[in-house]
Amino acid sequence: MNIQTQIDELIKTHGKERKALMPILQDLAKQNRFLSKETLQYIGIKMDISAAEVYGTASFYSFLDITRRGENVIRVCKTISCDMKNKQLIVDTIKKRLNIGVGETSHDNKFTLLETNCMGHCHEGPVMLVNDDIYTNLTPQKTLEIIDKYSRG
Amino acid sequence: MDKLKKLQEKVNMIFTKCDHQAVLKKSVGEGPEQILKKLMASSLRGRGGAGFYTGLKWKFAKEAQGNKKYVICNADEGEPGTFKDRAILEQVPEKVLLGMAICACAISSDEGYIYLRGEYNYLKRKLQAVVDKFNNDIKSIMDFNVKIFSGSGAYVCGEETSLIESMEGKRGEPRNKPPYPVVSGYLGKPTVINNVETFVYAGMIMALGPQKFSALGTGDSKGGKVFSVSGDTPIPGIYELELGMTLEEFAELFGDGDTKAVQVGGASGFCVPRKNFKDTIIAFEGIPTGGSMMLFNSSRSMYNVLHNYLDFFCEESCGQCTPCRTGCQQLKKGIEAVKSKSKTPGYLGQLQKMSKTMQIACKCGLGQSVPNSFNSIVENFREEIIF
Ligand SMILES: Cc1cc2nc3c(=O)[nH]c(=O)nc-3n(C[C@H](O)[C@H](O)[C@H](O)COP(=O)(O)O)c2cc1C
Ligand code: SF4
Repeated sequence: MNIQTQIDELIKTHGKERKALMPILQDLAKQNRFLSKETLQYIGIKMDISAAEVYGTASFYSFLDITRRGENVIRVCKTISCDMKNKQLIVDTIKKRLNIGVGETSHDNKFTLLETNCMGHCHEGPVMLVNDDIYTNLTPQKTLEIIDKYSRG
Repeated sequence: MDKLKKLQEKVNMIFTKCDHQAVLKKSVGEGPEQILKKLMASSLRGRGGAGFYTGLKWKFAKEAQGNKKYVICNADEGEPGTFKDRAILEQVPEKVLLGMAICACAISSDEGYIYLRGEYNYLKRKLQAVVDKFNNDIKSIMDFNVKIFSGSGAYVCGEETSLIESMEGKRGEPRNKPPYPVVSGYLGKPTVINNVETFVYAGMIMALGPQKFSALGTGDSKGGKVFSVSGDTPIPGIYELELGMTLEEFAELFGDGDTKAVQVGGASGFCVPRKNFKDTIIAFEGIPTGGSMMLFNSSRSMYNVLHNYLDFFCEESCGQCTPCRTGCQQLKKGIEAVKSKSKTPGYLGQLQKMSKTMQIACKCGLGQSVPNSFNSIVENFREEIIF
């Protein structure tokens, strides 16, 4: 489905009032892995909000990506409890395995690696989210297995 | 261990089973006045951090003019070290909904929302099924319908007015208060916003009576509290305990024998050094917490801890007001400069002065509470910041 049809469909579901903007942006970010300039402009036209407002809203939220992401987004928690459980070892393991740095996307567009703030699993760190799935009590070995699972999937 | 079990059993209200249909039926039968009376008698205060009296909040919303009113459950849980709301929503979601429905009855609302942080999206499907069933089950009792609204990864959206802005499809920038949400909240309508845990306690106060609740705790802090314990502890996890415990007792129960400090209330809370454990109680009249309790042993560098917090605030500041936007960055740069000796230790004094300005001049609780952890760490662990 092209982006304009997607937006038209979502407006049918959520409505075109301003309060529908977040759910619409969330669904689009999920379906397309990021929100392009064209996406934001077309939403603006259809919902009768200036494109700058739409951009301003989207860019505020860390889960509404406005730069292209990989098929799978890995977010490793960097807050103090996970930091104390050596989250750096997990980040380094992923960096080495995928040959990318934090904030980067792998060449095959399969993975993006990010660090993020507290994910609410401080008693079972280190933890990471891959897309919407949470993985806790990570070890390098376990991390590699998880990445392999997504590489195949 | 045995001692801890006993202390937990003494409270034990949140994670128990409860016939929510029966409790709701009874409360609706008794009516709004009775609900408010019980809530006031319990002296329940909000469990999300600020500690406003829940009975009073509901009363204001009840008295507010409006043809439409909203009940919102704040499940944005972004404070570093907090994870109890997630556990509550996973284990006893019906009890959260029960509290929301009782609130709806008290203030005459027919629509509720759970604002669920984006990081908890994986909970959504299961929670949605529970919500759907609940909405259906209560149809014969009252006219109230709950929906889930997903957040998108912004800590500041836990602040109630920012949460509302976000639900209205805008950037999550906090509003000026007043007007408070109880007068003008979501879509300009009177709105009650409470923490997940607050709603569960409200429901249990209706189920068990206010005395059972107010018999626990201290003068200004009645009842129990769910704590999220992490860091240097052999038993990290979620514990419901009575309010008013000293940090000495806490460290005895949870510490690894080498606890040098406890961060009470997350990055926006206070760092208490061992020498003060005896005289510090966990309560609104001592040091309050939304639940986050992080223990540090002597192997930890408090510079790293503070740096981690400041990094967090720099990223999560909404950037709307200068003292916070610039202040967070300057505090972080400042301790880096002192550490690397490009500034003298005396510079810390200047940073502390600036943090006082933040306390006064910042628009919302985020910026206002950055000085809490900053000053408590700089004052108590000055050598660790400098050397
Ligand atoms: C930066 C910031 C973040 C907050 N995050 C949360 C949160 O995640 N959950 C919460 O219940 N309250 C949070 N609060 C407090 C809310 O603004 C509000 O006081 C609370 O939800 C009211 O509910 P209560 O009275 O039941 O505690 C936050 C406040 C600030 C300033
Ligand atoms: S204090 Fe910080 S988070 Fe709060 S409104 Fe100001 S800039 Fe935004």
